[in-house]
Amino acid sequence: MKFNIKPLKAVIAASAALIMGASLAACGPSAASPSDASSSSDTTTSSTAKARTLNEIKKSGVLKVAVFSDKAPFGYIDKDGKNAGYDIVFAERLAKDLGVKVKYTSVDPAARVDVLTSNKVDITLANFTVTDERKEKVDFAKPYMKVSLGVVSPENAEITDVSQLKGKTLIIAKGTTAESYFEKNQPDVKLQKYDQYADAYNALLDGRGDAFSTDNTEVLAWAKSNKGFKVGITKLGDEDTIAPAVQKGNKELLNWINDEIDKLGKENFFHKDYEKTLEPVYGDDVSPDDIVVEGGKVD
Amino acid sequence: MQGAEILLLPGVMPRLLQGLWVTVWIAAVSVIVSVPVGLLVGWLMTLKNPVVRVLMRIYLDFIRIMPQLALLFLAYYGFARWFDWNLDATGACVLVFILWGGAELGDLVRGALQSIPEIQAESAYVLGLTGWQSFVHVILPQALRRLLPASVNLATRIVKTTSLAVLLGVVEVIKVGQQIIDANRFQYPDGTLWIYGVIFFMYFIVCWPLSIVARRLEKRWAND
Repeated sequence: MKFNIKPLKAVIAASAALIMGASLAACGPSAASPSDASSSSDTTTSSTAKARTLNEIKKSGVLKVAVFSDKAPFGYIDKDGKNAGYDIVFAERLAKDLGVKVKYTSVDPAARVDVLTSNKVDITLANFTVTDERKEKVDFAKPYMKVSLGVVSPENAEITDVSQLKGKTLIIAKGTTAESYFEKNQPDVKLQKYDQYADAYNALLDGRGDAFSTDNTEVLAWAKSNKGFKVGITKLGDEDTIAPAVQKGNKELLNWINDEIDKLGKENFFHKDYEKTLEPVYGDDVSPDDIVVEGGKVD
Repeated sequence: MQGAEILLLPGVMPRLLQGLWVTVWIAAVSVIVSVPVGLLVGWLMTLKNPVVRVLMRIYLDFIRIMPQLALLFLAYYGFARWFDWNLDATGACVLVFILWGGAELGDLVRGALQSIPEIQAESAYVLGLTGWQSFVHVILPQALRRLLPASVNLATRIVKTTSLAVLLGVVEVIKVGQQIIDANRFQYPDGTLWIYGVIFFMYFIVCWPLSIVARRLEKRWAND
């Protein structure tokens, strides 16, 4: 075999390859995000890290929303490969009322603040619990859900009180309220942290930890369909609210979302959303008023 | 065999394959662009110019010392915040893998070029070839042979490292797997192992032919 590559040719090939790479990037793989079909090419959009205004969103025709893609029934990918869930129904409605299409970015719990500060998305709608710490980094709109922490554990070694967790290993997902609650208030509990909910559940199933703590809605749904596991603690820590978040200082978009939540409250939108997405999972065990917040009013 | 039925659900395999396509696409674009970048970097590294050498040394060491994950976060979140340069997740991955592949390949190219004995260039000079001619017709062909097996291995490493793209929110094969596992966690709690098993097999199918190519080349040219 003989190689006869002339360096000059190599240089030309190099630049050609670079140009090709760039143009290839423009027509990237169609599965880059589940809803990519609804958006035009967006590689290397050289917009600023400053959030987009309401007008800019309308003009682009696309509302960018960060959602979970592995947290049923709030945000997940259904059998057809489409985004679905309680948060998604709300996102679709926001986009509809704004007269634009929606483009989802799938996020991990820990990435929810960063995608806003670096302007990857306009709104984070990923089961985002309002905390003082997060308020310093992002602006929350009015709440549309409320939640407190729950602890799920194997039935034969059920944890019914936080004091039982002393010296034991608790599984948590990184960047969740459970992480900060246990770090601050329960230093005696050994924490085992995972990036993904799926991994955290597997850890619990494999017995790598004694219990798993995250939002009570989440563990209730999970325990309902996993035999041998029970939510021993259904209410822990403060009752928190869940709200859409926008980049800090993006007042215009924030006010628009707040008006929207007021408006939707009048038509009982979130109760309908609950019936459609959450009721099939929780059944009659949970009253919708324990979870749903209408018009941003928490009683 | 409990839980294996999850693989037969409609849409599961097509979606995993779609995810695999994203993985392969990122890896392929990165590897293809890395080659010219690597050749250029490798050539620059052999130059006597001290400024170029120091710059290349800094570039290589920076890329080597930084974990790929840190580089990915820098490219995705950092660039947007510091330079208002908002790459999408796939773009950030491709950029980082090109810089990484280019640096590693550059070092391989440098090693290969320098491993060719000086006497080869001298003999070429005696035969009346110019410096450029001797580089193209004598040094480079031999260097490429020594270079190829190692660079194929580098390509395999790039394929596997694309799994880090998950952490930027790229929906590639691993993320698709996690989404399927999660959406079916109530009906198929034991599906996890099967999905990850299929993913393992998919990576194997992509990387195995590359390993075979590398081994063949190594054997064929061992005694040249």
